[in-house]
Parts: sequence; structure tokens; C-alpha cells
Amino acid sequence: MIAQSRWTPYWQAAPMTLVFAVFFIVPLIATFVVSFWEYNQYSIQPAMTGENYTEIFDGCIAGLPELCTIFKTYLSTLKFAAIVWALTLVIGFTIAYFLVFHIRTLTMQIILALVCTIPFLTSNVIRMISWIPLLGRNGLVNQALLGLGITDQPLDWLLYSNFSVVLAFVHLNTVFMIIPLLNSMFRIDKSLIEAAYDTGASGWQTLVNVVIPLSKTGIAIGSIFVITIVMGDYITIGVMGGQQIASVGKIIQVQTNFLQFPLAAANAVLLLVTVLSMILLLTRIVDIRKEL
Amino acid sequence: MSQPADLELASVSKKYGDTIAVEAINLKIKAGTYCCLLGPSGCGKSSTLRMIAGHELVSDGDIVLGPRVVNDDPPAKRGTAMMFQSYALFPHLSVLDNVAFSLKMRGETKAVRHERARAMLETVDMEAYAERLPAQLSGGQQQRVALARALVTEPSILLLDEPLSALDPFLRIRMRAELKRLQRDLGISFIHVTHSQEEAMALADLVVVMNNGVIEQSGSPRDVFNAPRTKFVAQFIGGHNVVPVDGGEISIRSDRLKIVDPSEPSSPTSLAGTVTGIEYQGSTVLLTLVTEQAGDISVTLPERSFFESPMETGEKVSVAWASEDAHALA
Repeated sequence: MIAQSRWTPYWQAAPMTLVFAVFFIVPLIATFVVSFWEYNQYSIQPAMTGENYTEIFDGCIAGLPELCTIFKTYLSTLKFAAIVWALTLVIGFTIAYFLVFHIRTLTMQIILALVCTIPFLTSNVIRMISWIPLLGRNGLVNQALLGLGITDQPLDWLLYSNFSVVLAFVHLNTVFMIIPLLNSMFRIDKSLIEAAYDTGASGWQTLVNVVIPLSKTGIAIGSIFVITIVMGDYITIGVMGGQQIASVGKIIQVQTNFLQFPLAAANAVLLLVTVLSMILLLTRIVDIRKEL
Repeated sequence: MSQPADLELASVSKKYGDTIAVEAINLKIKAGTYCCLLGPSGCGKSSTLRMIAGHELVSDGDIVLGPRVVNDDPPAKRGTAMMFQSYALFPHLSVLDNVAFSLKMRGETKAVRHERARAMLETVDMEAYAERLPAQLSGGQQQRVALARALVTEPSILLLDEPLSALDPFLRIRMRAELKRLQRDLGISFIHVTHSQEEAMALADLVVVMNNGVIEQSGSPRDVFNAPRTKFVAQFIGGHNVVPVDGGEISIRSDRLKIVDPSEPSSPTSLAGTVTGIEYQGSTVLLTLVTEQAGDISVTLPERSFFESPMETGEKVSVAWASEDAHALA
């Protein structure tokens, strides 16, 4: 064994640190700094002003009890995050539970888990867009409903609506819930399920008292994935909402398009703080480190 | 308190596809019996236990517990409780909540279930650890908790799946004595699966030796040890020699063999051989002989008599036995 210098761990960690610094920390600091700059229609000036932040909340106090734009937008985005989180959790939990506790052979479990990830070979946007011919006014679903005589005119709310946005979110993100849940559930000793059965627990009681508590870290990690993705999204909401539904990500995107970088940066910082506090709250409830 | 109950297996079989794990076994276990299911791995003892427990469906035959056929009842309804080999304690629950688990499932209030769980923890000497998590306990302590969790349901039969196999030898002997004491105090039947004949001998009122899915022999440890019915039993419980004779095989306990002068004429109750191994075991000395007629033979001699006329490996000796010590094997 060669004696290790006390610097060994540092240079071993250096490559990853460098990647993080260049691609994560520097842009983050830049965003933070720029959020205090001044801008007008044709230029951006380094400065130290809180104006961008006051502009975000412009009229929020004066306009009460009517909610201002930014609060309404956050509320709408949080609503999407909550609905999508609940749906992906229920669907993801069911699928993971089925794979772990009802499929008997390991080979079959691996095959089915891989099947769950296959949609990931296609880009998010393509998977999103492929809903359009299905859900449109003259789409497959409407034609089928009309043909079967279930409705007498095409349903409008199938596409470019809250419904289609939620549908696409759930479709795209359920797998982020499935994978951490699979990881947690595979670690549950099967004899615990038998022990619960032996002590007279019903299937539901076993689920509530044994499986769910032991899947808590998986639920937390999956929730972090889904919530952060939905909170920052602007593409899915844009495409599936027909560019008609507001979201926090959309605000930032529009401001960047108009070259209002300092304002966009301020909004980005606000969003970051919001999402970080949500994650912090989650980690308060569940100790995620156990799983890592 | 728990209601002791008789258990009867009537022609019980377990098939997994084409393989037969347990083949039409019949067994009666009177209430309050310490019964050991003994056999090598894959002999069907665990399947039998799991069928009694209700964790495995019976392919054929009936399991009768007390006055009822319980084939289709879930474990809690049968009045059996099982202690798992790995203890299967719930890692997210404290010791107290682990023990109170079945009471919670039954819908008892928190006060009632905690009181009863504490009382049960006291029985197994673990009340000081009530608030700990299972991961903070040693193997022996985990086992006591598992025992308390199984007993809190007041079962009429406790089923133990290799309960001592995860413990170190010292603790194993201590827990063994405690299991026996607990069984006597509670007055219910314990059915204990093990592959250790020593454990079975020490604990059981009724030893059931199994092999290839059938019961080779059942009886009190003394009966089984003194008169093994088959060659398998004689070899598995140890301390026996199987000697081929005209018209079959006989078994002779290794401590009933005597060393005799090799110059004496051979008789039907003696064998000539060469010493191949000498093992000092404290109060006894184990001699291994190789004979032409019966292969390897082991002889256990009291320490004193061995050292009165010591032998060395390679020496030619003869062993003889009294004809009443030979048992014909089926």
C-alpha cells in the first residue's frame, strides 16, 4: 500500500468539483449577480439595485385582496405541481408495488422495469407532441367518441387545456417516481410482509403499516424529482396548453426572449428559493440520506 | 391466556409443480408438546412448518388444530404464530410497537396494546429496550423481541423456523434453555424446525426426523436415539454405526462398542479393523476405525478406559458389542 498524502481525497474529488463549478456554480452565481443589474430596451448595465425584485411584485400589496400576476402564476404552477405529484405518486406506487410484490421472478421484474424506462429513448417533446393527433378536435379520441355515439360533438377540453397539460406531465414524469420507489421497495425484506400477515394484518393494513413507511425515502426522492420538474417547466405547459396557460417557467422564458435578462434572473432566483424551500421541507419530514 | 390445542396432520402433502416437497405425512402433536422437526435442508421440514402456519397452501390432506380443519384459514385465525428465521422485525418500528403490532391490527387502543406489549416484553426480559429500534439490538435481543411479538397474540401453537441458527454457539445454548422454560410456563405446543440433532435432543418431547418429504421416525428423543428405525435416522442423529449383517443392516451406538483383543476369533458380534483417527473430546475419546466389513466405524470410549490402554493410529484392533445393543434397521 502506498502511503496516501492527505491531499489525495481532494485531487480525487477535483474533476467532479471542476465540472460542478463550471456548469453549475458559476452560472448560478452569474444569475444571482445579474438579477441585481439594470436594463432598458437596448442595454444591460451592471448595477446593484433591487428594482427587478420590486418589479416582480409590482402592485401585489396595493391590489389586495385581488391577487397580482406573479402570485396567480405561482398559485397555478403550484396547483399543477400538486395534481401531478399526487397522480404520479399513486400511479408510480402502484406500478412499483406490482413489480416488487406481485412479479415472482427476478428476470421478469428486470424486464418489466426496463419496459418502464423504454419511453425515455424518445425525447420529451416528441412524446408530448404525439398526444396532439390523439386529443385534437378531429383527433382519434374525439372521432372514437363520436363514432361510438358517446358524444354528439367533439370535446374541446381534451387538448390545449389544463387536462392535457396534466396528462402530459403525468405521462412524462411518472417514471421518476417509479425508479426511486422500486429502489426502496426492493430493499423491503419479503419476510416482513409474511410477518405482518402472520400477525393478522390485512393486505391494506400491511400496505399502510409496513410497505408505505418503508418506502418513505423512495416517495421523498421521487417527489423531489417530480416537483422540481413541474415547477420549472415551460415547454410542456406551452405545447400542451396551447401557449395559453401561465407558469413561472414561462414568465422567465418570455422575459429572456425580450432580452430582459436581469428581470428573468430575478424571477429565476425567486423560483429557485421557492423550490429549495419545498425540498427542504420534504427532507425535514423524511431522512433521504438513508437511501443514498 | 393461550388455549393449548392438539395438532394433527392427516396425510398432508405439498407439491410445487412436479416436485413433491412433503409427501402424505401423518403426525399428531398433543397440546403442550415441544416438538422438533429435524432433518437436512430440503427434507420438507420447513414446508411442513409453513403449511401449519398458513403461509403455504396444503396441496392435499388436512391440518386439524383443536376441533377444526384449518387448511384455508389465515394464520391469525388459526391461532398459530410464527417466529421467523431472520426474526423479520419491522425496522421502522420501536421494540414496543413491534410487539404491539398484532394488537394494533386487531384495533386495540394504544393504551391497551402498549400495556400488553410491555407485559410481554417483561416475560422475555426486554422491557428496558422498549423504545429502541431493532437495528440497535444484538441478535439475541432481536430474537427475544421476535418471540414476544409472536406470543403477544396468545397463540395455541408457536412455530419456530430455525430460531437459533443465527446466534453464536454460546448464546444458542442459553436461548435454547429459555425457549424450553417459556414453553413449559405457557403450556402451549412449540413446533421448532432445526437441522441440529443436538438442539432437537436437548429440547424436544417429540422428535420428528424427516427426509425426502416423509417422516422417517417420530418419538421421544430417547426412543429415537436408542432405536433408530432406518439407516438414515441412525446416520443423521449421529453417535451410531451402521453395520451390514446377514439379512440387512443393524445400528449400534458408538458408546456401546468395546475394544477387544484382535487375536480373539471373529464372531458375528465383532469387527476387526485398523485405527485411523483418535480425537480427544474431554470426557470421551472418539476413535475412528476402518473395517473391511462395515467401512468406517466410530467408537466412543470413556477417557479413563482409553488411557488405561492407549492406542495409536495404524494399530490393528477389534470391536465387539452385546447382541441386545444391536438394532435391526428397516
